[in-house]
Amino acid sequence: MSDLLWWVFASLAVGGAAGTVLGRNPVASLLSLVLTFFSLAAIYILLGAHFIGALQVMVYAGAIMVLFLFVIMLLNLGHDFRPDLRKGVWLVSGFVTTGLIFYFIWRSFAGEAGLAMGTDPVLEKAAEGGNAITVIAEPLFRDFIVAFELTGILLLVAVIGAVLLAKRRV
Amino acid sequence: MHHFEPTLLGLIVLLPLVGFAINGLTAFLAPERKAIPTVVGPAVLGLAFLIALTNFLRMLGAELHEPYVHSYWSWMPVGNLQIDAALQLDQLSMLMTMIITGVGTLIHVFSVGYMKADAGYARYFAYLNLFVFFMLVLVLGASFPLMFVGWEGVGLCSYLLIGFWFKDRKNADAGKKAFIVNRIGDFGFIVAMMLIFSNLGTLNYVEVFEAAPAAFAYGGGVITAITLFLFLGATGKSAQIPLYVWLPDAMAGPTPVSALIHAATMVTAGVYMIARSSVLFALAPVSQVVVAGVGALTALFAATIGLAQYDIKKVLAYSTVSQLGYMFIGVGVGAFAAGVFHLMTHAFFKALLFLGSGAVIHAMHEAFHHTHKDWDPQDMRNMGGLRKYMPITFATMWIATLAIAGVWPFAGFFSKDEIIWQAAAHAVGPYAGWYKLIWAVALLAAVLTAFYMTRMMVMTFHGENRTGEEERKHLHEVPAVMWVPLAVLAVLSVVGGWVNVPHAVADLPVLGWIPTSEWLHEWLHPITEHADAIMAANLPALAETAPIGGSAAFWAIASFGIAVAVILVASRVVGSRAYRPATEAPEPVGLARLLYNKWYIDEIYDAVVVRPIVGASKALWRFVDQGLIDGTVNGLGHASRALGWVGSRLQTGQLNTYAFAVAIGVLILLGFVAF
Amino acid sequence: MLTNSLVLAAILFSIGVLGVVVRRNAIILFLCIELMLNAVNLAFVALSRAVGIEGQVFVFFVMAVAAAEAAVGLAIVISIFRHSETVDLKNFNLLRW
Repeated sequence: MSDLLWWVFASLAVGGAAGTVLGRNPVASLLSLVLTFFSLAAIYILLGAHFIGALQVMVYAGAIMVLFLFVIMLLNLGHDFRPDLRKGVWLVSGFVTTGLIFYFIWRSFAGEAGLAMGTDPVLEKAAEGGNAITVIAEPLFRDFIVAFELTGILLLVAVIGAVLLAKRRV
Repeated sequence: MHHFEPTLLGLIVLLPLVGFAINGLTAFLAPERKAIPTVVGPAVLGLAFLIALTNFLRMLGAELHEPYVHSYWSWMPVGNLQIDAALQLDQLSMLMTMIITGVGTLIHVFSVGYMKADAGYARYFAYLNLFVFFMLVLVLGASFPLMFVGWEGVGLCSYLLIGFWFKDRKNADAGKKAFIVNRIGDFGFIVAMMLIFSNLGTLNYVEVFEAAPAAFAYGGGVITAITLFLFLGATGKSAQIPLYVWLPDAMAGPTPVSALIHAATMVTAGVYMIARSSVLFALAPVSQVVVAGVGALTALFAATIGLAQYDIKKVLAYSTVSQLGYMFIGVGVGAFAAGVFHLMTHAFFKALLFLGSGAVIHAMHEAFHHTHKDWDPQDMRNMGGLRKYMPITFATMWIATLAIAGVWPFAGFFSKDEIIWQAAAHAVGPYAGWYKLIWAVALLAAVLTAFYMTRMMVMTFHGENRTGEEERKHLHEVPAVMWVPLAVLAVLSVVGGWVNVPHAVADLPVLGWIPTSEWLHEWLHPITEHADAIMAANLPALAETAPIGGSAAFWAIASFGIAVAVILVASRVVGSRAYRPATEAPEPVGLARLLYNKWYIDEIYDAVVVRPIVGASKALWRFVDQGLIDGTVNGLGHASRALGWVGSRLQTGQLNTYAFAVAIGVLILLGFVAF
Repeated sequence: MLTNSLVLAAILFSIGVLGVVVRRNAIILFLCIELMLNAVNLAFVALSRAVGIEGQVFVFFVMAVAAAEAAVGLAIVISIFRHSETVDLKNFNLLRW
């Protein structure tokens, strides 16, 4: 059952990604990407990462994508149908490079073929979804507390930077 | 007798440096406030002299066989090379310190009067204090590198003070000449230091002189090379053939500078260096004969030029070169104490002569200044009969003249006679013939010395005044601040020689009433005994009589007689000639012309050394520098610009291009992971 | 399922790269960058099932950085749009030679 669901959501994710790249209207691209993000959230849950799945919906699909949408509306770019694809050699070399990158990543992962679901009790507990937040909160606030605090500072700096950049006159 | 421990040794060196700092700041911040340098300049020297005097008196009552060395901090700890910033006080450096601070104080006081109208007053005293600091480092430093620091430092100050009135191109050129000619000598000094270090592994005096007799064979090649290179350094600093040419030009500086740096102290650094390295020189008989020979040649050669000069300072300059030649005869033949003795007496009477000439020039300058006459205040043809107007200067300069000419009982008699006699006495061993020749040359140069000094005095002070009717009214004696130092130096020029009356003279009936006997010899004995021991072990006993017969006492009386006779003859000869002021005087002819133009040595150097070097440099500049080096550098520049142009084509400014480049980079990195 | 997820991550990442290289619209470029970040997140989550919970912690940080990047990036887009009334990157070539 879950394998079948995985295939469904994986197909949706790839389709959404393709739509993002190929879409002529930024709004269409954006909505395709939202589809991809939702599919990824489902895949996270299938993989037992309930907390991450929830974050994916809230932060990405919810917050970040809405921010993008706001900007598109603010700048009135929704009707921009002018073709902006690069042509000729650029397009070809882009495809070739991308293909090679995919092939290389795939080969890198080949070593991991037959990767099995872990039997770690912590992971098992997380996968069951009973206390998904506890299992991720423990390492986050204990081992990675410094990085966590720094992330807070990073976000603060980003907010200030964004305000400064977007203001008309400083 | 007790163990000797000097008081405030570091302060002697430090005080002039403090004076330099204060005067230097004044020169920068408030050059018009002349009260500060007037007080600080001479005061730091006076204090340093008092400290030195205290130490000297305490040293007299103490027993000091080993030099006192005090290390302040580690200066150059590089591998095997351990050099401390250390001061060494022994009998020799004590004596030098006394001369430098004592004569230095008098000259500083004199300068207050001489330079009072100059705009660069504070700058002048700053340089002068700095000079004294470096000179003290030179004589008190406890190792060759430290001596070299002082050596270069006094060279720098000499350069700054020769070109003190640098707005006149001629003065600036004279400073440069002194600096460049000294570089040749410094090269010798550096090579000698390297040789000493590579052979002995140390450069500290105490260790070098202890190790040298065992490490070097008597008369060996290495020690001969070391001493000859050291002597090359000395010829530069102490103005000996072939590097003497800078000193006469150095008279472009203020006259007190000539007195302090180019007569009394700096130029004697070479003599001090050889006396300090007496152990090394005693081991190298070839070097000794070279030193003495060059000294004798210089003494005679410079004296001949001094015969025909009209510029009062030029006469004194060549006289200094000549007297330095005598000192090198002294230290060259192995009579180190005699050389240092002449160094000391020369410091007194030559400083006096220069300061006296400074007083004369000062008076002449003021007289011409009043009437706006553009005559040369230094040309003796414009002087004459000055004794009426400047009696104190006249009297003191005659004392100095009698001293330098070698008239009993003035200082020069004892020291110069000593050197001439020592040359005769050392005419033993393998190079006896050369020493005999040196003795004869030294004797001849003494005759010339008496002659040109008398000529200078007669032309300046005797006969009719040639200054001019109007100007004559403005000629007058210099103020007390200037004549008091003259008087003090005059006293020293008389009694300075009495510290070392040789036995031969002391035993004579009339001449021997001065009781002190060979005190300086005994004072310097701890310094010279090692060298004396080496020479005694390797050479036959000293000669009792001169090469053409006659004992020391006989030649003492003879040289006294010769000096007096020459002075009398010279005053007759010169006095009978009718000189005319420089503007109306005829050009010198014949031998006088040759001597007036200094044997054309400057012209010969210019043709033989300077022009070929300039020509070769021009060729090198054209072909090697501009063609090869600039070509290579410019070519590289053009090549990198071309490459940069190619590279810049990649910078399209399009974000996608850069993203693509990043993608390629990712691809390459992934390639490493994947395969 | 884990291995398949990794391959899916590779596919999504490649599509993102393709978008960045061939498109010129600044907004869509940003979207593609977000897509690449998500592909990485998927790989992290998949591997965390086999290796340990830390993978999911990393995803948390990636999301925070992505949020910051989106905020600043969009501010830049706004200011360049204000400057020249377009977001087509071919008009922005100030970094040229």
